[in-house]
Formats: sequence, C-alpha cells, structure tokens
Amino acid sequence: MKAYAGKILHVDLTSGKSRVENLAEQTVKLYLGGMGLGINLLMDHSKPGRDAFDSENPLIYCTGPLSGTLGLAGNGYSVVSKSPVTGGVGEGQVQGFFGSELKRAGYDAVIIKGKAANLSYLWIDDDNIQICDAQHLKGSSVQNVEQKIRNELGDFYIQVSGIGLSGENLCRFATIISDKYHTISRAGLGAVMGSKNLKAIAVRGTQNVDVADLESFTEFVKNNYQRVKNLETGKYQFSSKSLLELNSLSVLANKNWSSTVFVGAEKFDADYCIGGRYVEKTVGCATCGMNCNRVVAANGVFTDVSLQFDFDCLLSLGFLCGVDCFDAVAKAASLIVTYGMDCISVGAAVAFAMDLYEHGLISLEQTGGVDLRFGNIDAMFDLINKIGKREGWLGNVLAEGVVQAAQTIGGEAVNYACHVKGLELPGYDLRVLKNVALWFSVTFSGDRYLRNKMKMGKFGDVGSSKIEAGVGCVVAHENFLCNVLDSLIVCKSFSGVYTWKDLVDYYLFATGIKFTEEELRQVGERVENLARLFNILEGKGTRVYDDLPYKIKNVHLQVGDQKMVVSDEELQVGLDDYYVACGWTADGIPTSARLKQVGLGALSYISEAAIAAVRAQGED
Amino acid sequence: MTERHQDRKIVVSDPERCSGCGLCEYVCSMVNEKTFNPHKSRIRVIRRGLVNMAVSCRKCKDPVCVASCPKNALSQEKHTGIICVDEHACTGCGWCIGACSFGALNLHPDKKIVYTCNSCDVFNGVPQCVQWCTENALQYITAENLAQKIRQKIVSQLLETREVAKTENCNK
Repeated sequence: MKAYAGKILHVDLTSGKSRVENLAEQTVKLYLGGMGLGINLLMDHSKPGRDAFDSENPLIYCTGPLSGTLGLAGNGYSVVSKSPVTGGVGEGQVQGFFGSELKRAGYDAVIIKGKAANLSYLWIDDDNIQICDAQHLKGSSVQNVEQKIRNELGDFYIQVSGIGLSGENLCRFATIISDKYHTISRAGLGAVMGSKNLKAIAVRGTQNVDVADLESFTEFVKNNYQRVKNLETGKYQFSSKSLLELNSLSVLANKNWSSTVFVGAEKFDADYCIGGRYVEKTVGCATCGMNCNRVVAANGVFTDVSLQFDFDCLLSLGFLCGVDCFDAVAKAASLIVTYGMDCISVGAAVAFAMDLYEHGLISLEQTGGVDLRFGNIDAMFDLINKIGKREGWLGNVLAEGVVQAAQTIGGEAVNYACHVKGLELPGYDLRVLKNVALWFSVTFSGDRYLRNKMKMGKFGDVGSSKIEAGVGCVVAHENFLCNVLDSLIVCKSFSGVYTWKDLVDYYLFATGIKFTEEELRQVGERVENLARLFNILEGKGTRVYDDLPYKIKNVHLQVGDQKMVVSDEELQVGLDDYYVACGWTADGIPTSARLKQVGLGALSYISEAAIAAVRAQGED
Repeated sequence: MTERHQDRKIVVSDPERCSGCGLCEYVCSMVNEKTFNPHKSRIRVIRRGLVNMAVSCRKCKDPVCVASCPKNALSQEKHTGIICVDEHACTGCGWCIGACSFGALNLHPDKKIVYTCNSCDVFNGVPQCVQWCTENALQYITAENLAQKIRQKIVSQLLETREVAKTENCNK
C-alpha cells in the first residue's frame, strides 16, 4: 500500500495509553482516506446518542493518500468527530503543513478518546507518543502555543494543531487551527478537542513517504503545476475580484439576510484585490503552486493586525454585519482567530444579535449597554470579545450557537437565526442561489465549504435560477465529487482543475490502486450514504432535518422587480428530486438496495429500522 | 578549463518571492533520495510568513566546513565548488554543521553522515529545485550575475519612481 502509512494510532487521554493498529487495504479501497476514512472510523468508534462532549466521543485526525507527497494541493489533513453544533457528522479539511508531518510520523489516522485530567497536549514524535502538561498554555492563542511548544521541545520544524481560548471554553464556534491561521473551521470541532482537555497536538515525522510510480506521479504533478500557473488559477482569484459583480447580482447576503445590494461593497473590492494595500504577501501551503493565502496587514485605522484572510470572512464579518470598513473586518477576523473561532459562524452570530437588537428582541440592558446596531464596528469587536471569553449574558448565550441562542432568547428570535442543521450559514443569499439552497439543505454537515464561484456557476444562471426537476442529480453529483476530494484531501480551490480522469490517475500513480472513474464516483456516494446513516443513528438524518432557515423560506428579497424566496413547496420538489437521484426513500433514508450497491449492505439494518420508525410515526 | 571562482553558480532564493511552500524540499528528496521527505532535503525552507527563504550551500571559497572536518571527509570540487562528502570517512560528528554560517549542511537521518547541495550533479544545467519553483523565487546563478540583477532592479525602481512623479506633475 504505497503512499499510505498503513497505521492508525489510538490514544486514550484518560489512561494516557496509546496503541497502533494496522490499516486494512480493504478499508482504504472503500474510503480512500481523509474525510471518508474519518467518517468510517467515527461510525466504528461511536455510540448513537452519545453527547459530542462525552469523553468517549472520538476525535479523529486523518491524513490523505497524497499527504506528505509532492502532490499538488494534497498536503492536508482532515478532522472528523460528532459535531456539537449539528449533532451529526462534523468534519473539516485543511491544507498547510501539519498533515504531511503527521503522515511522515507514520499515521493515516489518529483516534483520540478519553479526557485528560489536566489541560495537556499530545506529542507525536514518530512512534514515540507522549501526553505533556499544557496548563501553562491555558488561554493562549494557537499562534502562541505553536511557538511555545516549538521552543519547549527545541525543534522549530514541529507542526502544531490546536485550539484557542474559545475551545477550552467549549464555545460552539471553536475551531482547530494549524500553521497559525489554517482552520478546521466549521462544526465546532475545537470544542470537542477542548472537552477532552486537549490543548494541541504537536507532531514531528521523519519517515519517507513513497509513491507507487514516482516517474508518472512527478510528470502528472509537473503538468498540473503548469495548468495552475496558466489558465486555471483565475478561478480562485475570481472570487475576490468579482466581489462587486456578485454583489450586483444580489448573491451576497447582508445585514443578516435582510436586504439586497450592499452599499459599501465598492470600498472592499479595491482594497481586497491582490496587490492592494492591505495584502502584504500571498503565501502557500506545502508544495502548492497556487499560493492563495493572503497575509493581510490592516494599515489604516486599526494597527497590529496580521492574519491570513479568506473571502468568507469578508462576507460574514463585513456584509452580514453591515460593516463596510476593511480595516474593521480584518481586525475582527484577527480577534476571532486569536480566540480560535470560526469567522463564518461568529460573523453570522453577531449579525443575528444585531438583527434582534434592531427589532427590539434583545434590550440595551441585555447587550451590556452596547448599541448593537448594524455597522457599529465597536459593538462588533465588543461582542466578539464577549463570545470568545464567554463573558456577560449575551456572550454566553451566543457562544452556544444561533439555534440554542434563539431558544434561550425566545419569542420570534428563532425566525432570525439563519442556519442549516444548526450550523450558521456563510454569507451567500440562498434565495437568489436557489439550487445552492437545495445543496445546502441536504448536506450532512450543515454546509460544505462553498469557496468557489465556479461551483455556483455550475448551477446555472444565478440570477434567475429556480429549483426544478433534474437539479437533484447535479447536486448529488457535486456532493459525491466533494466527498472524493475531501477523502483524497485535495484542496477545493483545485476542484475545477482536476477532472475525474485526473483524480483517477493521481490516485493510481500515488498508491498503485486502480479505480475506474465510476468506481471513484461510487466512493463519493458511499461516503455520502455512510454519513447519512450516522446522522440517522443520531436522529438527525431524515427529511425534516433537510431544511432551510425561516428567512430564506418566508421573507421575500427584493431583487430588481422580482421578489425572491425559496418557498417550502419549491424546496420539497428539490428534495424529492435529490432523494430519487441518491436512491433514497421519500423520507431521505437510504434504501437497503442502494446501500448494497455501494457496498454498505452490512449497515442496511440502520436504514430498515429508520424506515420502520418513520412508518410507525405515520400510523400514529 | 581554468578554475575561476566567479563562474560558480549557487542556488539563491528571493525572500520576497518565496512563498514558503517547501516544494523545493520535496523535489530535492525526490531527485536525490527517490522518496518524499523534506527531512532529507539539501535545501531547507525557513517560513516566517511575510519573509520566507530557502537556504542551501553557497559554495564558498576556502570553505570552513572542509577546513573544520577532523577526518578530512569533505572536499570541494575544483570547477563547480560542490562540497563532496567521503561517505566512508565521515563519522557524522557534525563539526562542519556548526562551522557553516548558513546552516547548509545536514546530518542524514538514515546514513548518519553529513550531506549538502550537490547541484543535482549538473554543472551547466539547472538544479531541479530551481526548475520546479513555481514562484521563480529560486535562481541558479553566479555571484557576479546576482549582483548585476540586483543593481538592475534598483535602477528600474528608481526609473519607475521618476515616471510616477512625472505623471503626477502632468496631472497637476
């Protein structure tokens, strides 16, 4: 099994013991690695109904088959666990340098269970596993933790993946961060790590990573470097350059999904463009020629800001909160990263609170005397600090996520919470991107990282799209492709660069395992079904959970002379279509026949039980 | 061919261009070790975010690494300036590592002897790390040419400043 390390590391933080298990070739052929392997291991190692913060809920780190190789855009890792936000599968992939180091240490997966007595960090030095005290790191940002651990262990090439203060506080926006700014952002996995009293994982790996066919592999990668350097790179850059274009199409939501075109958008576009005065440099992840990480230094109003910046931060912290000052957005993002939180979710939560405040659902007293109007920069900073530290009534309430917060606040608050399966939406207006709305509603993890405009382009003309028959098939296909990319851990920025044929070749040259395009697509389908089954076991996987937030379904958005909304009927049409495309029942449960087809026949008892349960409910 | 120090080409990296991706490390291990392992690379990247740099052998005149070796295991090739390591003589004591001002020598994790940039054993060709670098941050260049390029760059910048000033005056 070339390119794989062939080993899974089990760590029990309660007892401090660890053991190594071999990774079966059969498992690899079914799930590739990364997210697919992670979800498979999660299924094997969890018990339905167990709380995400239960010490026995496994936190699973996985590397992909391409991690540790020269592979373009493949040097990532994946974290999978039960999400404390959605209650279903929580997953995230990130590139950078940590994944390749973990592979070189000799592991395809690390399964962490138990709870350390005190705050600790896990030190993986090839086959030497130690659990070290981390009480002196309490409250530190991941950026500082990385430096401190490197100093402590005396090696500056050690890679660290850890959590900030918000993770320790079990804030549901908490992320896992490596390489200072690379986040496993969604699904609150940082809080799962915090619940285990685990501050960080430090890793040093010195072993070789070999591929099956070095010559072909190298040739393949070399060709793709050229492709990326020529035509295809525009796709990722496109998203930032076309900010104004997207805004004029009303694709970008603003002020908590309440109005259409954002007036201050012009202020962003000029500044955000590469080479603008804010972007000091673009840097890259391991062996990647794309170099899309913009190192931003806000050199206007707010000083002392330096971070790597993403398009989605701008949408959530800028557009959603009604803030039209790039300095402020950069400063806010920098604060959020220091606490170790997710910019998208925090932005949505702040916008949610602002919306409630403007509609009189929370009072000045409840905000702690802060005038929480849309666009109030100081109020945004204040609230971010409160959420990060879990300070004050509002900070504590919001740190539980918008769904829980809406319940606590009560009244009509629930109508202002924009989320799918409990996970806050990124800043796209789904009323305009209707087919994307369907896509969001059916994902098993709340939402998928919708980074590429190119992806939206696939769903037809964004301005006039509507959900109609046939779109389910496209969404299903996209989901399967995403699953394959996340299992190979190929960066999504490259999803347009690689065709299915490329992915087949890439995998063949790296591992020596031959798939056909159809077989590879089926891996994606298998992962989709497996994740669905996990959610069903957790009671979150049926049709009623494939829903959209109130605002998207009921509040009309004025776009030109059209009033846009994704009506419930429209969504149901889309869901029917999607379920048919997946071979699921009308309740969104995979049928035994389909499960057998994708090689999950052994798990058909789950779907049978679920189908029976739904039927019994219907008879009542 | 007469030995001329100024003909020696070295791999230099432009810290402003270098994105710190470490591609050169992987390529180096691929070419020289037939595997992927940055810990076995002859060129090493230092990542500091805004400033990144890849460091490898500078092929010094009268190199201290050679002089420092107590076993006479190191020697410098006359024409190329490449530091050669006698694998049988080297004991891996690491004295040369400490002597080098650039951190360009490393101890091989498996063989336990030192190794450094061999320019992929090409004299006139271009080493693989330079060929692969996607940011054009690496150059295989003589010291004289490097100095020329830097001077050219500075003068170009001055010219640009002049042009900008001129346009601004016109606009007024």
